[in-house]
Amino acid sequence: MQNVYALFYLAAAVLFILALRGLSSPVSARRGNVYGMVGMGLAALTTLALAANPVWWLIAGAVAAGAAVGAWRARTVAMTAMPELVAAMHSLVGLAAVLIAIAAIYHDGVHHMPVQQVELFIGAFIGAITFTASVVAWGKLSGRFAAKPVRFAGQHLINLAIALAMLGFGIAYFVSESHAAFLMMVALALILGVLLIVPIGGADMPVVVSMLNSYSGWAAAGIGFTLDNPVLIIAGACVGASGAILSTIMCRAMNRSLVSVLLGGFGAQESTASSGDGGEKGYKSGSPEDAAFLMGNAESVVIVPGYGLAVSRAQHALNELAEALETRGVKVRYAIHPVAGRMPGHMNVLLAEAEVPYDKVLEMEEINNEFATTDVVLVIGANDVVNPAAKNDPASPIYGMPILEAHKARTVLVVKRSMNAGYAGLDNDLFYLDKTMMVFGDAKKVVEEMLHNVN
Amino acid sequence: MNATQVASAVAELNPVAELPHQAATMVAHAGVDPVIISFTVFVLAIFVGYHVVWNVTPALHTPLMAVTNAISGIIIVGALLQVVDIGGSSITLTSVLGAIAVFLASINIFGGFLVTQRMLQMFKKKER
Repeated sequence: MQNVYALFYLAAAVLFILALRGLSSPVSARRGNVYGMVGMGLAALTTLALAANPVWWLIAGAVAAGAAVGAWRARTVAMTAMPELVAAMHSLVGLAAVLIAIAAIYHDGVHHMPVQQVELFIGAFIGAITFTASVVAWGKLSGRFAAKPVRFAGQHLINLAIALAMLGFGIAYFVSESHAAFLMMVALALILGVLLIVPIGGADMPVVVSMLNSYSGWAAAGIGFTLDNPVLIIAGACVGASGAILSTIMCRAMNRSLVSVLLGGFGAQESTASSGDGGEKGYKSGSPEDAAFLMGNAESVVIVPGYGLAVSRAQHALNELAEALETRGVKVRYAIHPVAGRMPGHMNVLLAEAEVPYDKVLEMEEINNEFATTDVVLVIGANDVVNPAAKNDPASPIYGMPILEAHKARTVLVVKRSMNAGYAGLDNDLFYLDKTMMVFGDAKKVVEEMLHNVN
Repeated sequence: MNATQVASAVAELNPVAELPHQAATMVAHAGVDPVIISFTVFVLAIFVGYHVVWNVTPALHTPLMAVTNAISGIIIVGALLQVVDIGGSSITLTSVLGAIAVFLASINIFGGFLVTQRMLQMFKKKER
């Protein structure tokens, strides 16, 4: 019978991998998600069949309560708040890993082999760090804690000291099997999780969220080792790899190394960054009506949305504008920079929510060659991701960051509140080009006026 | 000739070669420590995950994070194994901590899969 259970676990693991594979295209993704659900159900039922004397009422109550909370959040969360939700869910996995490890330690009649002790230790400390780090990340993302990086002298040394002390208690537990040592180790890991995230600024949170995604996977895998459970190990490893890849992609898109993000250096750079030449440079500005005229007579328009679009809730109006232009025979597409939203792929979801068809939404690599043949680019709520200094000015702090090459289009329209600098505190030469027209105002109001004038 | 046969042949010729003989027997009898097998599975799974995730389209990176959140809810397996009757009592420190972990993992599982589904339903091609 044990072999049958093992095969069920294998089937569940394969279903999880299929769930991830489905995400290679929006068409297969929904089926993939169903595979994932089936895999989870199979793994849970197999475990219940395996468990010796499970306490049914306790399990049923816990699952029902969790399902209710989870389903409620899934239904009510705003798409702009996805980063917070994801961070909160990472923290739950971390906390669960810690609780399982402690429960296992106090499990009477179960003796843990030395190897298992090491695995329990690893699962518990990764879980604990994931838990508190995700809580801090969640707080920063949702604006409950200040997004500003917190730094103090000797910060990294203190972290190192805590990490060493944590290891020390881990070894003490290994040698003496003392529960107190294990709990001390967990407590230190909880503190370390907070200290690791506080020096990282709000702009780097997309990387942090991806990284914690990875940690939550490793924590699950660690617990899987202790319990010799292959499905936990496989699922944990896949999630861990996924988070690591997303962190890498986000770092590349910001032209930053993972180490510099983790040590928290961006805020300092931000304050010292020069704000351009300082001199008065001329720019042209126009009304939404002028902009609508230009777009209405263009053959092709590329829209470059940034998070500012979502902040002013202009997505739906923008989609209507695009549709109005299309009925006039204008070819309209969207260009998305990898860091356009607040987490990887965030802007795509926000546009999809506004019923923008996904085949009109192109990634940076897909569209960058086409800007040169585009009549009008409409930049809306974005700034640094279209800053040509990243390509042309080796002195710029964002030099080397891949950008959307909007400056190559025949005409550039920029919707912005004012001439203030962007997130990185940099001036943007794009705004001063002869072919650029600034349209000042709230994104939603401007887009609505454009729509009115196109119709 | 397989590894065991080679090793015993060597051992017959030279009694000092006892050690490789034992090692070969261990492999042949699958007497490998289960931890090594788990570790093998772990490393291979990382490679599978790595390749599968690089194939995910960037447009779906947010649903990817949501679904991996749900999948890391697999930790419920570990939690369920703690919610057991121990020595005749159903309420112990272990079972209560385990039940809380089951609760937390369930939030992830249901929340994660449902929010992924909600997002994926938004991704539509142009009708017409």
